[in-house]
Amino acid sequence: MSDTATASTLGDQVAAPAAGSRRNGRGLLTVRNGLLLVGLALMLLAPVFVEEFWLRTGFAAFGAIIGAIGLNLLVGTTGQLSLAHAFFLAVGAITYVYLSGEPGGTAEVIDGRGLPPVVGMVAGVLLAGLAGLLFSPIAARLRGIYLGVASLGLVFIGQHVLNTWTSVTGGFNGRTTPRFELFGFSFGRTDPELFVLGVRYGEAERLWYLGLVLAIGAFWFAKNLLRSRPGRALQTLRDSEVAAAVMGVDVQRYKARVFLVSSMYAGLAGVLYALSIGSVAPESFALDLSVLYLAMIVLGGLGSVGGAALGALFVSALPLVFQEYAGSMPLVSEPGQGGVSAGQAARLLFGLAIVLVVLFEPAGLVGLKNRFKRKGGSPGVDPTAEPTPSPTPAQGSTS
Amino acid sequence: MNTFLTLLLNGLSLGAIYALIALGFAIIFKASEVVSFMHGSLLLFGAFTIAKLNDSIGFFPAFICGVLATAGVGLLVERLLINRLRGAPLISLSILTIGVDIMMLTELTRRIGSDILNAGHPWGGDFVRIGGIGLTENRLYAMITAAVLIALFFTAFKFSSWGVAMRATAEDGETAALMGIKLGRVSALAWIIGAGLAAVAGLFLVGSPTPGVTPGVHAVALRAFPAAILGGLDSTGGALAGGMIIGIAEAMASGYQEQLLFLGRGFGDVVPYVVMILVLLVRPSGLFGTKELTRV
Repeated sequence: MSDTATASTLGDQVAAPAAGSRRNGRGLLTVRNGLLLVGLALMLLAPVFVEEFWLRTGFAAFGAIIGAIGLNLLVGTTGQLSLAHAFFLAVGAITYVYLSGEPGGTAEVIDGRGLPPVVGMVAGVLLAGLAGLLFSPIAARLRGIYLGVASLGLVFIGQHVLNTWTSVTGGFNGRTTPRFELFGFSFGRTDPELFVLGVRYGEAERLWYLGLVLAIGAFWFAKNLLRSRPGRALQTLRDSEVAAAVMGVDVQRYKARVFLVSSMYAGLAGVLYALSIGSVAPESFALDLSVLYLAMIVLGGLGSVGGAALGALFVSALPLVFQEYAGSMPLVSEPGQGGVSAGQAARLLFGLAIVLVVLFEPAGLVGLKNRFKRKGGSPGVDPTAEPTPSPTPAQGSTS
Repeated sequence: MNTFLTLLLNGLSLGAIYALIALGFAIIFKASEVVSFMHGSLLLFGAFTIAKLNDSIGFFPAFICGVLATAGVGLLVERLLINRLRGAPLISLSILTIGVDIMMLTELTRRIGSDILNAGHPWGGDFVRIGGIGLTENRLYAMITAAVLIALFFTAFKFSSWGVAMRATAEDGETAALMGIKLGRVSALAWIIGAGLAAVAGLFLVGSPTPGVTPGVHAVALRAFPAAILGGLDSTGGALAGGMIIGIAEAMASGYQEQLLFLGRGFGDVVPYVVMILVLLVRPSGLFGTKELTRV
């Protein structure tokens, strides 16, 4: 019984893109492309007419989008539950501040290499990838929930190491993030003064473009990855490891690779996180952060790149928006007034949203979107939908 | 030598508390195929309820109410959420419990605020000395209570009809259902027991040498995860062994902190995770867990 189920889900996924493009037809496709172009133009022009607060929120969201896409490749596409994402973000962020930061510190000695920020960023991504690769032999031995809990351990051990290694991380107080620079063009300072349509481009405006470019790149790479041979191999891995092995997928090697890619995404997200906050401390990379990333991909839709981006946007922007408009919102009070604070309200909402999504719409926001798209049809199997996880066989029992 | 024995005894008592929590994980996992990531919140909820009710109705009634209330929350979660999703992937269900955990923890943290609530144990933080070795009264009672509860549990697990039903369900749910075992009832009872045990563990965890009920207790409860995983998630005996191993390792690492200073301050807090990863490297399904077999 389980064999036929696996075969049919595989069939769906292989057939999905072909069937999708045929069904959509030319007309729809151009409308969609047009919308995409308009969206892109709006994004490019945003700094001209949008307030700084929204640009900063947007930059934080771009970072989260990259991280969530990475986690979704691992959890949603390949079915490897990982709570260690915060750790890989930490590796990226701290590598960046260490390599590109200047030595200094008042109370304690803080080391720094003072390298160009681009080098720091690339090194952060690579080192996070390396950390993922080093963890993958452990991960490859563990299945399902055992992996989830083992990765939980990684977060705590990582935090301990970072807290102890004060010369690199700045310890409990953390250290400030060096400003980003690209071939002499500074994203932080305004020494080449820049005006576009009469608007002065300060740090927020410049960083917005950095985030936009990186997020689009990350999105595009993941989309292509999923549509290629390795992407299908990963999906097969999720549905059944045995079936994957029989079809000639090297299970261990693919698991190691997806860990590598996912943690590289996390490393880049970590660097952007450091840039958006302005300083990093090991405290910022606690289990909470992993849970938030998990919330993003569950809300957005497991296994879908667009879903991860949507979920990340929602989860990362919501607390900031709540904070900004705490005064004018019902039920939310300003900090220190005893009521529900903005951050708490956002957390309560995430928790509730996770429960509701798992209960009623396991495909997440993307599933909702697809449901609206095809009015009249029965909800559920949609040939144009991106492949969503099929129920995996129960683990832990021998059935 | 006395230091060593004292640490060993303290480790055993801490391990007994961990074992109670880990046993809850194991039972819930066996009966409903869910890993409860919300155990930290359940435990905090139990301790919080006891501390809040203590002033008005006295300690022992408060204790009973706290355990019952926590068990009630467990039952509610099982009935309203878990039971409706029978057969859903394990990962989805576990993520669901994370969602519940976020909500409960946020609300409890808000209510506790920056206070340190006192659970009001009638026993103090006095040291009980046996020969040269000693531990606090709270930990001594923890050990005794845990021993009694665990003994009761294993007896029930072995002989009562519920125990038989539960073991049958864990072995093969479908066949058990065909034999007339109500899976829903087994799973509900497992959640009640698991949550109740967490509340009892919570009471002792917030007693001396811990200062009182703070949101930080949630993180302590998470250290019972390694205990459950280490022993093998689907093994009740393993939960017991895992709890003891983790408890002793943590007590030793904290006790010999000065000698272990090269590993950083507060290494005791992460020792459970280090031990867990080392064990999982050798035995991926834990010490006593059932090996996963795949039939094609």
